[in-house]
Amino acid sequence: MPTFVYMTRCDGCGHCVDICPSDIMHIDKTYRRAYNIEPSMCWECYSCVKACPQNAIDVRGYADFAPLGHSVRVLRDEEKGVIAWRIKFRNGEKDLNLIAPITTKPWGESIPDLKKEKAPTQEQKDSQLLYSEPKYIRMDDGDIHTFESNGLKMKQGVAY
Amino acid sequence: MFVSNPFADLAASIPVDVMQWYVVLMFLAVVGGTIFDVIHKKSGKYFFDKAKAAEAARTRELNSGDKMNIAVQTALVDVATSAEFCNPHRRIAHLMTMYGFILFILTTIALVFAYPTHAAPGIVSLLWHLSALSVMVGGYWFWFVIRVDISAEGNPCYKLVKADLFILSLLGTTTFGFLWSVGQSMGGGSITNLLLALFLISSTTLFCGVIWSKFAHMFFKPAAAYNKRIVKADGSMENMPEIGDLSDKALQERFPDIPEYLGTNPPNMGLGIKREAPRHY
Repeated sequence: MPTFVYMTRCDGCGHCVDICPSDIMHIDKTYRRAYNIEPSMCWECYSCVKACPQNAIDVRGYADFAPLGHSVRVLRDEEKGVIAWRIKFRNGEKDLNLIAPITTKPWGESIPDLKKEKAPTQEQKDSQLLYSEPKYIRMDDGDIHTFESNGLKMKQGVAY
Repeated sequence: MFVSNPFADLAASIPVDVMQWYVVLMFLAVVGGTIFDVIHKKSGKYFFDKAKAAEAARTRELNSGDKMNIAVQTALVDVATSAEFCNPHRRIAHLMTMYGFILFILTTIALVFAYPTHAAPGIVSLLWHLSALSVMVGGYWFWFVIRVDISAEGNPCYKLVKADLFILSLLGTTTFGFLWSVGQSMGGGSITNLLLALFLISSTTLFCGVIWSKFAHMFFKPAAAYNKRIVKADGSMENMPEIGDLSDKALQERFPDIPEYLGTNPPNMGLGIKREAPRHY
């Protein structure tokens, strides 16, 4: 299920309109508040949820894997450089708070100057790795994070 | 010019009773429209239902003193200084429009009821004109530049929608009222009469159109701001996470990524995406 806006919180600043990659967050013509014009096209990227300075946007999870009554809310505090998630289960008993850093340096001060980077070697060009892709996300590098290293076996196309 | 009472001259052609009854009727229209708006849109019910639903999530109980303190903070910060707006230009424009409008209403009541047929104290008439100018500066700034339809949606300023009813009728009231007063002090004439008619049409639209416009936000937004502070104070937080103090040892032990990547005393990282205004349409 897609994003929706708490009208009492929205002040119509336009941050969600600006950031939505699907261009489906727009301003209501009657109340001048944000709303999702095409819920079926929302891929729940949470960009607008995190960008909203009033925390006025929320997301309903798909009912097949997140039964109604649960809550997943996020708070992105850029000045502190962290993002916090709160996941509340439908039964109200399990309530998780998670905080993680989203930057290690002040915003806008450490933008890499790609013009000064060395041109890629032929070996890098032939490689399937993307530019500056960390090797540890590869599934076949040094047996890190492979099915085998995690003791999993493929059975009928599914790793158990 | 700005210290003359425009309503005193008007009393020569329109009976004072009619002027005063018009003001009373407009006041009743606002009260009636707001009550109808609250009932029709169920906004009052929404707030009470939401408060009841949040009861289970409360981590702290607020006493009446705490609630009074929050109400005072809401009035002083959120209402009096329009602190909700993150865009400083929008905040300044809103303050000019809000205080201008309040002063315009108060001075209009003073001029119509206390000095309907004779010259008013210069300061009252001066404030009437200055308040109209304040609304005009803040309102046109909002209308042509800051309005989200233009700044974020990229629409042209002449594209009108229903949400414009309030701001346009407000600007019409103050602009035509101001120009009518100027025309009157220059001797009057048919154009001045036309400006008076436009002034009356605009003000009638403004005060009688509450249920179709966002006029009721004057009463609705303070309630929303109060609710926002209450949920933070009582810990219910509307299911939002609480970040807290990142230099706190207990928090760092619980989330070891914080001291590892940000240090034991995390610095201020700046404004992030708020460094730029949302106008990348």
